[in-house]
Amino acid sequence: MFVPSITHPVGDFIREWVPKLSAYLPEQLQSQTLDSIAAFLINALLCIIAVCAVNIGSAPILIYMERKVCAHVQCRLGPMRLGWHGTLQTIADVIKMLFKEVYSPSGADKLMFYVAPLIVLIAPFIIAALIPFDHNLIVADIDMGIPMIIAVNGFGVLGILLGGWSSNNKYSLLGALRSGAQMISYEISFAMILLFVVMISGSTSLMDIAQAQDGTVLDWFIFKIPVLGFIAFILFFISSTAEMNRAPFDIAEAEQELTGGYHTEYNGTPFAMFYLAEYIALVTNSALAATCFLGGFHAPCIGVAAIDGVLQMVPGVVWLFAKIYFMIWCYMMVRWTFVRPRVDQLMDFEWKFLLPVNLVLLAAGAVWMIFVG
Amino acid sequence: MSEYIILSIFLFLGAFIAAAATVTGLLLGYRTKNTKNKMAPYECGMETIGNARIQFKVGYYLFALLFLVFDIEALFLFPVMANFKEIMAGNTPLPPQVVVIDLVIFMAILVSGLAYAWKKGILKWE
Repeated sequence: MFVPSITHPVGDFIREWVPKLSAYLPEQLQSQTLDSIAAFLINALLCIIAVCAVNIGSAPILIYMERKVCAHVQCRLGPMRLGWHGTLQTIADVIKMLFKEVYSPSGADKLMFYVAPLIVLIAPFIIAALIPFDHNLIVADIDMGIPMIIAVNGFGVLGILLGGWSSNNKYSLLGALRSGAQMISYEISFAMILLFVVMISGSTSLMDIAQAQDGTVLDWFIFKIPVLGFIAFILFFISSTAEMNRAPFDIAEAEQELTGGYHTEYNGTPFAMFYLAEYIALVTNSALAATCFLGGFHAPCIGVAAIDGVLQMVPGVVWLFAKIYFMIWCYMMVRWTFVRPRVDQLMDFEWKFLLPVNLVLLAAGAVWMIFVG
Repeated sequence: MSEYIILSIFLFLGAFIAAAATVTGLLLGYRTKNTKNKMAPYECGMETIGNARIQFKVGYYLFALLFLVFDIEALFLFPVMANFKEIMAGNTPLPPQVVVIDLVIFMAILVSGLAYAWKKGILKWE
């Protein structure tokens, strides 16, 4: 049975017209299953186009934004020459990247060298498909949303390890190992925070989690449980920053120490794919933070009917993207204002501080649920 | 079911985009002769000595093992946490007290594992 997973005017229009058009097909093909398969394929195609546009389209915007934020933090102007305030700079960079030579260094495992960016790019794409954009706007509304995200995140580590190992470069290998160790370590506290969210909402489906935060701002999970929710949000912010290998936790690709981490030997478009994966991961992690803590696609209602009515007239997608870009701005500010810790401090911070704090937070949340919730 | 089909399409889509980009780069990219110096692995201007697939610290494996333990723990906790409200409301066959005691024992075993690793110095990065 076909269940439409995304509803919008274009999808409805096509779903209505495909069965009518199939009346012109040969008789043996005119079955109900064919219609549903056609409708399913078209639906899937629409989902793919939408998510690709959001993902790939946001990367140039984010790169431009990162440069501007970085520049203004450091009292510079950033890109100014190409287009209005340098807006065309990233497009020029993409074109430059396309015409760069693609080759693997001598002694590299060629197959693995070219497969690694593929694997790295898969993870953020699957996560993007799980994010609810509006009440009915979600590509794949599965019950196991949160465990799926944790599993897929673990998958991305493989690509990084593969890329570092296959390059036949000591810096790459060291960078990949450090990245891998860091990502799997912070994955645990990432999973623990999501457990906390699952405990409050009572569901592992991201749609249900977003729906559970309906109401005023105080129903958002960041404020729903006093103090604990905010601590959980901060911990999520820290562990997702480390999970994405972003500064200040970019030990693995610290330019001053390891030249570039696991992608030292990459150039041209395969390198661009690592870069793209990083920025899509930034979008998906921000979307996850917005969905799990900041009310997802819900408007920031304050309980006054007149104001709430106006706020709710804005579509949920707009609110979600406002929250996503706010989160991205936070990630960028943190990146350009904090100093980088040493690698041993980073691992100590996770295993000796973050993980015990997470366990305590989980226990405190459970106690709150038993006695208050 | 259709959701999982779409997810698997996305799985191939991510790989396809990366593959397409790599092929585009191979086709459009500027080509130079593959000289020995160009193909040499980068090492700050020095000549690379030996193979890059060197032996590395066993500590990485130990962290991976600890990660496995705690990640699986999180997976085991998901079904309990997703039904935590229901359990506490007494809507499940098991009484809430039993579940809470079970959870405490489960977490205690894991925390003792972490404490053991800590004591043994596995968590110390050198």
